[in-house]
Amino acid sequence: MKSIIKYEILKNDKLAKDIYRMVLKGDTSWIEHPGQFVNVTIEHAYLKRPISICDWSDETLTLIYKVVGFGTLQMSQKQPHEMLECLVGLGNGYDVASINEPVLVVGGGVGIPPLYGLTKQLLQKGLKVDVILGYNTKEDMFYVEEFEQLGATVHVCTVDGCVGTQGFVSDVMKEKQLTDRFYCTCGPLPMLKAVYDTSSAQGLLSFEERMGCGFGACMGCSCKTITGYKRICKEGPVMKSEDILWNKD
Amino acid sequence: MEQRLAVQLGDWQLDNPIIPASGTFGFGYEFQEFYDINILGSIATKGTTLEPRFGNPTPRIAECTNGMINSVGLQNPGLDKVVTEEFAKLQKIFHKKVVANISGFSIEEYVACAKRMDEQDIVGIIEVNISCPNVKHGGMSFGTDPKAAYEVTKAVKEVVKHKPVYIKLSPNVTDIVAIAKACEEAGADGISMINTLLGSRFDLKTGKPIIHNIMGGFSGPAILPVALRMVYQVFEAVQIPIIGIGGISKAEDVIEMMSAGATAVQIGAENCRNPYVCKEIIERLPQLMDELHIDRLQDIIGRAHR
Repeated sequence: MKSIIKYEILKNDKLAKDIYRMVLKGDTSWIEHPGQFVNVTIEHAYLKRPISICDWSDETLTLIYKVVGFGTLQMSQKQPHEMLECLVGLGNGYDVASINEPVLVVGGGVGIPPLYGLTKQLLQKGLKVDVILGYNTKEDMFYVEEFEQLGATVHVCTVDGCVGTQGFVSDVMKEKQLTDRFYCTCGPLPMLKAVYDTSSAQGLLSFEERMGCGFGACMGCSCKTITGYKRICKEGPVMKSEDILWNKD
Repeated sequence: MEQRLAVQLGDWQLDNPIIPASGTFGFGYEFQEFYDINILGSIATKGTTLEPRFGNPTPRIAECTNGMINSVGLQNPGLDKVVTEEFAKLQKIFHKKVVANISGFSIEEYVACAKRMDEQDIVGIIEVNISCPNVKHGGMSFGTDPKAAYEVTKAVKEVVKHKPVYIKLSPNVTDIVAIAKACEEAGADGISMINTLLGSRFDLKTGKPIIHNIMGGFSGPAILPVALRMVYQVFEAVQIPIIGIGGISKAEDVIEMMSAGATAVQIGAENCRNPYVCKEIIERLPQLMDELHIDRLQDIIGRAHR
């Protein structure tokens, strides 16, 4: 159910370079699937900022976001007990109920947060989960321990090789022989493409786009797929690998 | 229903003058998840072309101070699907008539769309968009030349037998009055104005355009004064009703727009920023009218000119 909710900020901590975690207190009953998102109201900005849900309980909501501009900088300066207004109930998310086999979860950079809630649910369902987390370098790293504490097998890679495997998530997929495993992924577009190309299996990929409204009205974030035109904010952000058209022209 | 909010738009009495603008409200049902859309005066439906269109490549959206740029480019499922599927779906949840916005790339295409819309029960007004800034041929090129505007209007009026025809004008012209007069002369029943202003934004780090198509349509509260000025000018020059559009985000803006000469208004960009905006404006209007000693909205249309 879509609505606008004012949440109380409980915590807003820096996790890594430009990466923050905000814990909010308020209604989470609208959440149906991991991978859904909220659209955050920013003072003195015209449009809201779509941020994926990292984790939630009955009364708290965790967002992990990267400071990339005016809106996210404002978010990072918010203090505990201040309020944060969010448009909620957005996006389709990962349909965990439809997954019934071992899963490879692949995340890159600020694409990692929604995969935390996903991994939690996959493990709760009793599925075997391997997680590959890719970062540029050590100072960008966050949430590796948290994923390990969930009980997943976690593989880390960094582009500069200072932690874990040197290279990209697709290199780890090959190295660990995980290229035939059903996958769920979120990260920058080139990474999604690399995961798709490296895997021989099907999977679910979460996409990102500049959005106007966030709830399917403005057609600002449309993309072409094999099964027709989709809105990243409404039919997405999670798409099935078999639906994706990489060459959109 | 609050009778004081009712306005007479040609032969059509609207419960209130609040109409979400084309392209910011889809075919209504996304908003039914937020509130009962039957409280609206009407709905201007998504710009419809003869053939289905995907529109422009993304990014299509850029934020601005007090507004946004879009370059959606008339994404729509095409005339046939709009009429048989989208209207059928909308009719189940919305029990008033709609403003059917149509667009084209040739006069023949406008005529084909208008003809089909004229046969639909759900359509109250046909709104002919000659002002889309986001398509290369057609669209705005019909709206920036009085002669072309006259020809489109004339051709559409010749085939439309039942519904009033409103022409949606572009602000990206040197003399909007000349365009409006040309439309009136060609038989237009009303004017919708204004569409978006052409704008661009550039990425601070890369220096490159944010919008894939470089330019797009700028809308939002920042353009309200431009819209007010143009509605005022056109009201002076034509006898036909005006639907005022451009930057309206609150009840106060509605009063201002109607004072300038609008009989009804459309709310555009603000629906994207705040999905509840139309509901909030409708609820706030009676209170604001009390504060301003306005008895009926109908009485203030064009009062700036009296």
